[in-house]
Amino acid sequence: MILQVKDLNVAYGSILALHGVAFEVAEGEIVTLIGANGAGKSTSLRAISGLVRARSGQVMYHDADITRTPAHRIVQMGIGHVPEGRKIFANLTVAENLEMGAYARADRGSLQAAFDRVFKSFPRLKERLKQNAGTLSGGEQQMLAMGRALMSTPKLLLLDEPSMGLSPILVQEIFSIIQEINRQGTTVLLVEQNAYMALQVASRAYVLETGRIVLSGPAAELRENPRVRAAYLGQAV
Amino acid sequence: MIEAINQVLNGLQLGLVYALIALGYTMVYGIIRLINFAHGDVFMVGAFIAFISTVNWHLPFYIAVPLSMLICAALGVIIERLAYRPLRYAARIAALISAIGVSLLIEYGGSLKFVFGPNYRVVPQPFSVVQWDLSGISVSNIQVIVLVTVVILLAGLQYLVARTKTGKAMRAVSFDHDAARLMGINVDAIISYTFALGSALAAAGGVLYSVAYPQINPFMGIMPGLKAFTAAVLGGIGSIPGAMLGALIMGQVDVLSAAYISSQLRDAIAFTILILVLLVKPSGLLGKTGPEKV
Repeated sequence: MILQVKDLNVAYGSILALHGVAFEVAEGEIVTLIGANGAGKSTSLRAISGLVRARSGQVMYHDADITRTPAHRIVQMGIGHVPEGRKIFANLTVAENLEMGAYARADRGSLQAAFDRVFKSFPRLKERLKQNAGTLSGGEQQMLAMGRALMSTPKLLLLDEPSMGLSPILVQEIFSIIQEINRQGTTVLLVEQNAYMALQVASRAYVLETGRIVLSGPAAELRENPRVRAAYLGQAV
Repeated sequence: MIEAINQVLNGLQLGLVYALIALGYTMVYGIIRLINFAHGDVFMVGAFIAFISTVNWHLPFYIAVPLSMLICAALGVIIERLAYRPLRYAARIAALISAIGVSLLIEYGGSLKFVFGPNYRVVPQPFSVVQWDLSGISVSNIQVIVLVTVVILLAGLQYLVARTKTGKAMRAVSFDHDAARLMGINVDAIISYTFALGSALAAAGGVLYSVAYPQINPFMGIMPGLKAFTAAVLGGIGSIPGAMLGALIMGQVDVLSAAYISSQLRDAIAFTILILVLLVKPSGLLGKTGPEKV
């Protein structure tokens, strides 16, 4: 297992956001966490990458316990995180955003290779290198956010709502890029409200409701699950 | 007319010193949204360290200046570590009160006999003053040295922030702490670096100020600190070019209102500007408009 989350409890102040959440991701997989707004999807990702501290429980990456590791170290260990709302640096150029993505790289030599790989997935970024990132369109910002995370050549990529606010065509494009990134050897943990798309690309899925995992299984199975169909796929049972 | 040009040159000299202080206010605000009210006192410590190292330790001036910048950089880092970092996630008013506490601590700590002492000290000129008379316009070598030093420091800062990896990380942190963490940026280290940079500039400002106005005491940082803070707000707090512009304007306002309106009213005029900016255009001349990101 590349990632194992065990009995994770996270609280914001006195409000418990995650109640004993547990899930795991195997190397090479695309795994998705689906659920409604406020179910705890983003909090799960933030706890993995060290942005929030777990009250109890454990996050294991390979064989290392990273529950208390500072966020900037976790990046160096090979976990990339594309946060909710993209959080690109609007005050920096596209090129500088990508450079920041490579901030943690120890091997400056392979920097050019990382740039090339990102440009191959997102050719549009190459045309916009000198532009301020704040001037990009929504779709381009999402591409930049993903490209930026890929600059550290992560082994595990956490994606938080990559489809948010994008047109259906762009959503298709982003998801096919996610699959391509995965085929090239990056394990993906995907958080989505767009359960329909998420269940198409993922091999396994977990369903979160108010901070608890209520369902899990192969994505194909969950697609047929009546409860999932009614609650997340908008289909009458 | 000649008289007016001379006053403008004086205002330029003062404005350049204000710029060195204002940059620290604006950089720290940009990165942790805190008005570091102890910043003016770091300026004072900078002046005293140069004074002590030239008068007591007989170090040459060109060593005293970088030494003072270095010690103040360390002081800035320590202040952040002890007084602000523990309050990073507390309500913002807590860090602000802590800043006022640090300011008073440095001022009254500095007044102790075994530290700097409470008295005014006269700073000996580090070099003999030369006045040039250009058909009535008088320019001194001190003005030239202030101008050259500040331009070099500002160019250096501009390079650091715009071109270096750490400078880019500073801008990334000022935009969003969490996103910066996800890049592998050690946000605490960048904050320390920002305090070091701002404090070193304030120290340089303190030394130049004490050369131009050669009298120092432990409370000398209050007024220039407040003027530089006003300059940073006027230019748009958080904006580096804004702080420079605001400081140059404040230098002129200070000198010209003393020369042509009333020297008793100069501070009142300066702070009227602060109030007006906050009322009319709180984002300042070059600041970002729109709601503040926290």
